[in-house]
Amino acid sequence: MIVTPQDLTFDEPLSLTRGGQLDRYTLRVETYGQLNATADNAVLICHALSGDHHAAGRHHPEDKKPGWWDHYIGPDKPIDTNKFFVVSLNNLGGCSGSTGPVSIDPNTGRQWGPEFPAVTVQDWVESQARLADRLGIQTWAAVIGGSLGGMQALQWSIQYPNRLRHCCVIAAAPKLSTQNIAFNEIARQAITRDPEFHEGRYAEHDTLPKSGLSLARMVGHVTYLSDQGLGDKFGRNKQAETQDTFQIESYLRYQGEAFTTRFDANTYVLMTKALDWFDPAGNGKLADVLSRATCSFQVISFSSDWRFSPDRSVEIVNALIQSNHQVSYTCVETDHGHDGFLLPNNHYEQAFAAYLDRIEVSA
Amino acid sequence: MRASLQPVIRWIEPGSQVLDLGCGDGELMAHLQAQGCKGYGLEIDKDCIVKSIEKGVNVIEQNLDDGLTNFADKSADTVVMTQALQATRRPDLVLAEMLRVGRQAIITFPNFAHISHRYQLGLLGRMPVSKSLPYQWFDTPNIHLSTFYDFEQLCKAQNATIIDRQVIGGTLASIWPNLLGELALFRVRGES
Repeated sequence: MIVTPQDLTFDEPLSLTRGGQLDRYTLRVETYGQLNATADNAVLICHALSGDHHAAGRHHPEDKKPGWWDHYIGPDKPIDTNKFFVVSLNNLGGCSGSTGPVSIDPNTGRQWGPEFPAVTVQDWVESQARLADRLGIQTWAAVIGGSLGGMQALQWSIQYPNRLRHCCVIAAAPKLSTQNIAFNEIARQAITRDPEFHEGRYAEHDTLPKSGLSLARMVGHVTYLSDQGLGDKFGRNKQAETQDTFQIESYLRYQGEAFTTRFDANTYVLMTKALDWFDPAGNGKLADVLSRATCSFQVISFSSDWRFSPDRSVEIVNALIQSNHQVSYTCVETDHGHDGFLLPNNHYEQAFAAYLDRIEVSA
Repeated sequence: MRASLQPVIRWIEPGSQVLDLGCGDGELMAHLQAQGCKGYGLEIDKDCIVKSIEKGVNVIEQNLDDGLTNFADKSADTVVMTQALQATRRPDLVLAEMLRVGRQAIITFPNFAHISHRYQLGLLGRMPVSKSLPYQWFDTPNIHLSTFYDFEQLCKAQNATIIDRQVIGGTLASIWPNLLGELALFRVRGES
């Protein structure tokens, strides 16, 4: 599947929940499959912390890697592009083409950098609703996301209850735990304490906080995997050439290093903040908040995920049961930790496909 | 549709709220949903979960041995459990939970006192294997077998009212249920 991203620009100002507004912004979007005549087969894919619009297919035949969820999106895959019109975007504040800290602030003519306003999951949902308007989609057949993407899907069901028929919340949580916020803070500290960070104005100093961003990624990466999974992959094996270095060490350094070439540090700080703040229930009960939702739900968790553990998904499920919603839940057995939601797995594929097959769309 | 489910279906009011414990491939729940019932099926077998989803059942992966704490008192009109009670770690606690959550509970289980089981154990000295108990002693999931009478006693101990009971077996089974009933079916209600 060869795909081409497109940029859509929005001129209606977007007020942001934590103050400020964006007068004008661009969303980079990819779509797969065909929108049908009644526009009832559209599916929105929401990305996670470091994801982007490129969820499936390849931009060029010679691309080494396809999009980040290519295993699950495509012809005859669980999110079947023969049936669905799939929309995937880079969220506001991202660094892959949508308006974010690396974009030019029209008021100053310089990169936004750290001045880019704080965005939240609610703001993303708002911008995604406008994207739906632009594409002529009144109601999504489904809104689907994993991790932070699952939180967006959940927020959709509350914020625009009449604009989605199904909601797939995968490897997510109703809000971050204290431990999760703690890990995010370690990641942010790694970035902001890097001498090259310059309070986020590294572009003006013509540099990048590479060591901080790579360290943030290393911490994050470990929390997305399980002890068992890491052990199976690397054990206590050493690098052949140097008997002093464990393979896991060089693997993490490589992962951290590679991340700095594709991701922006200010975006990382902004995205982790959006994660921390997500808390649709606030001081109230999740079941009460979810009672606004009208769609059906599928919730999926992963047995070895300790970042967003199965218990967190069960909290969502129980709130949905209490509020009398249609919901299916399964926990996928895997050693891949939180990253399990991106990887091939028979039960995951079957349960996911079985649910999506049930969604009715007109011919 | 398994023949043994027919009486169960008759005991469940169309359009009511149902919780099916150990819903298997979702057959019963799908049938009830076609009659306007709503609710959830609980299951732990992964293949059964997929089959239930395919049938349009709201299936929740949940271990019944952990209780039903996520369901409120009397949140279901019927809590049903077909041929799964004997596989739980504490059937008495499961029954108590069913009576708490449901306005009525329907339980079906293989009657261990059936004559063929008595013959195999009493005369042949072997653990019974039959249509209703198709496993060998070493691979059976049925860890808490009971008889038609035993279950009546358990209901009494929990102050549950038996609204209906019947057995499936030969023509004379209704006369001598504990001896001739292969499968026992109970419809009970807890203290209100």
